[in-house]
Amino acid sequence: MKTLHSKAFRRRAGQLLATASVVAAALAFANAASAQTLTIESWRNDDADVWNTKIIPAFNKKHPNIKVQFKADPPTEYNAALNARLAGGTAGDLITCRPFDASLDLFKKGNLVSVNDVKGLENFSDVAKSAWSTDDGKTTFCMPMASVIHGFVYNKEIFDELKLTPPKTVAEFHAVLDKIKADGKYTPIAMGTADQWEAATMGFQNIGVNYWKGEEGRKALIEGKQKFTDKPYVDAFKELASWAPYMGDGYKAQKYPDTQNLFTLGRAAIYPAGSWDVPIFRKQADFEFDAFAPPVVNAGDKCYISDHTDIAIGINAKSQNMEAAKTFLSWVASPEFAEIYANELPGFFPLSKAKVDVKDPVAAKFVGWRGTCESSIRNSYQILSRGTPNLENELWNVSAQVMNGSMKPEEAAKKAQDGLASWYEPHKK
Amino acid sequence: MTDLTAPSVHSTDVVSARSRFPVHIAVFLAPALAIYTLFSIYPLIDTIRLSLYAGDETGARSFVGLRNFYTLLTDPNWSGQFWNAFTNNLIFFAIHMVVQNGIGLGLAMLLSLPRLIGGSVYRTLIFLPTMLSVVIIGFIWQLILNPLWGIAPSLLKAVGLGSFFGPWLGQESTALLTVSLISVWQFVGIPMMLIYAALLNIPDDLLDAATVDGAGPFSVFWFVRLPLILPTLGVVSILTFVANFNAFDLIYAIKGALAGPNFSTDILGTFFYRTFFGFQLQVGSPTMGAAVATAMLVIILIGVLIYLFGVQRRLQRHTF
Repeated sequence: MKTLHSKAFRRRAGQLLATASVVAAALAFANAASAQTLTIESWRNDDADVWNTKIIPAFNKKHPNIKVQFKADPPTEYNAALNARLAGGTAGDLITCRPFDASLDLFKKGNLVSVNDVKGLENFSDVAKSAWSTDDGKTTFCMPMASVIHGFVYNKEIFDELKLTPPKTVAEFHAVLDKIKADGKYTPIAMGTADQWEAATMGFQNIGVNYWKGEEGRKALIEGKQKFTDKPYVDAFKELASWAPYMGDGYKAQKYPDTQNLFTLGRAAIYPAGSWDVPIFRKQADFEFDAFAPPVVNAGDKCYISDHTDIAIGINAKSQNMEAAKTFLSWVASPEFAEIYANELPGFFPLSKAKVDVKDPVAAKFVGWRGTCESSIRNSYQILSRGTPNLENELWNVSAQVMNGSMKPEEAAKKAQDGLASWYEPHKK
Repeated sequence: MTDLTAPSVHSTDVVSARSRFPVHIAVFLAPALAIYTLFSIYPLIDTIRLSLYAGDETGARSFVGLRNFYTLLTDPNWSGQFWNAFTNNLIFFAIHMVVQNGIGLGLAMLLSLPRLIGGSVYRTLIFLPTMLSVVIIGFIWQLILNPLWGIAPSLLKAVGLGSFFGPWLGQESTALLTVSLISVWQFVGIPMMLIYAALLNIPDDLLDAATVDGAGPFSVFWFVRLPLILPTLGVVSILTFVANFNAFDLIYAIKGALAGPNFSTDILGTFFYRTFFGFQLQVGSPTMGAAVATAMLVIILIGVLIYLFGVQRRLQRHTF
């Protein structure tokens, strides 16, 4: 009796298992047939929330059949991790593109496909596309997404308390710094040199455009008509060196998160910023803050801003879901995406020609400078960082050293120039 | 008669067959050999092979012989960084040898004091940092030494030494020393444990005999215990050497791959990382990276050989 019962039970269990496995297989098959899953590789781990709760759902409203997964690495590890995954064939379908050579390199190695035939690319100007096009400008391999703008963010309450007005010229800037320093309660400039890139990006590239006149100087540098040892570049380094006495105690060991905290805790008055800091400050600072553009040398000078093409998205050449990926890219080129991106991530400004209302007042101020000043991109990014030594890395190094006082501005300029001249033909003469 | 001889012939046959090929040795060696070959020997040889190639911008690789090494040692852009990393690595190693192993030896001596109370507690506490992740170590020490909100500046101020504080991790003159000392703090437990174990092995009669002969504590240490633990000190040194010349993680966690300021904390590991994986706008070069890795291998090999032939052969081992 007992054995009989257990036999029947076993048989039933076997049937159940068989049915279950057939159903599961059928489901899996149906799944594979109807929905495609796209995986996005990105370095914007800070933005994972916005992608998962706003951008991807908005995309799925229009294209419910395409599933999108956002996968991010920390910014400093992204390039290495992505290259390793591309080499191993495990990289995602969509690849967030760094500007210029890092992505150009991927395209030349056959990891990215041309997006010339993707609908929506016509929404972007040549300047916007330049960061993700071949040197002859004929092929674009990533769909431009956003740029970042440099400037200075200041603590409005401290400015009100000390009766200061945002400076327009370098002289006014130094007068403001002197007043804050004389008061003694606050650190005038929140900035550290430990991470090095802060000195180069928030310092040198931020204020530099006013010295080398934006695109004019950047192009002259590429053509070999200007050198780093020329006056504008040395002057930019000199200005950087003059910030040192206004920076916080031990700024040499101060890292980027320290700098952000110093400002959001209300202990520093002025923060040389990238516009990407705005959403973070919105969340963390409990005081009112505002922004001013990099001060010009003489009153009435034309102003320039570093409006740097920073982020784009391309398609992995080995992707199994090429059509879905192209659909996603043309959606990225749409005004709808620009609107969401600009307002969910204030500080990243869409590159498309579509008019977008930026609702955050400080972010709107940053993007407003596009109307009054001339935009330019960071001068080390196009072509000039192709050789060894790498110009961008050199600028990090020398800018940090200039601010640390361990290198004179002239020496810094000479080092950058010597490094460039050692491999770049137009500078060899 | 025949009944007796037949089995004996048979058994000698078996014995001779066994002695011809010792199958069991091969069987016992196989798993370790297979794993070691797959995960150590093959990657090592492939790295060396890769270092003899160069890639162009399409990713195609061509054989270039020793050109990568020639570039590494003669092109000022490469050799400057390479020798800087090498020198820093030597300093890194020297600090570990003197401070880490010195303190390790001292702690082991203290732990082996016969009348020490709570020895196992100290032992555990001192060994604890070794088991923590480097990322945590890096994070904790950066917080402690942080000039803005670290406890180091406030502690120094509290005892009136505030003026001695500096942004040690950010100054070119002190960054490497600071990072080395953090690493020493983390790993001091390892030499301590090894030396402590060696000290425990020394029979008490030897020490008693020395005491009876009129030796003071210092003489006992210098003339009895130290010579007896020399082989262990040798092993500790070579472990330190290999670990230091392969080090990377702590510096990467604290100073990043650019190992600032002005590459003052750059060691071979971080130099390799930048070369192989690239950094920011610098595009990585697997072939050049493999050349750096091979150079590191050669350096470590030379160090180990010097130790093996110059030091270890002269060491006398004592068994009790």
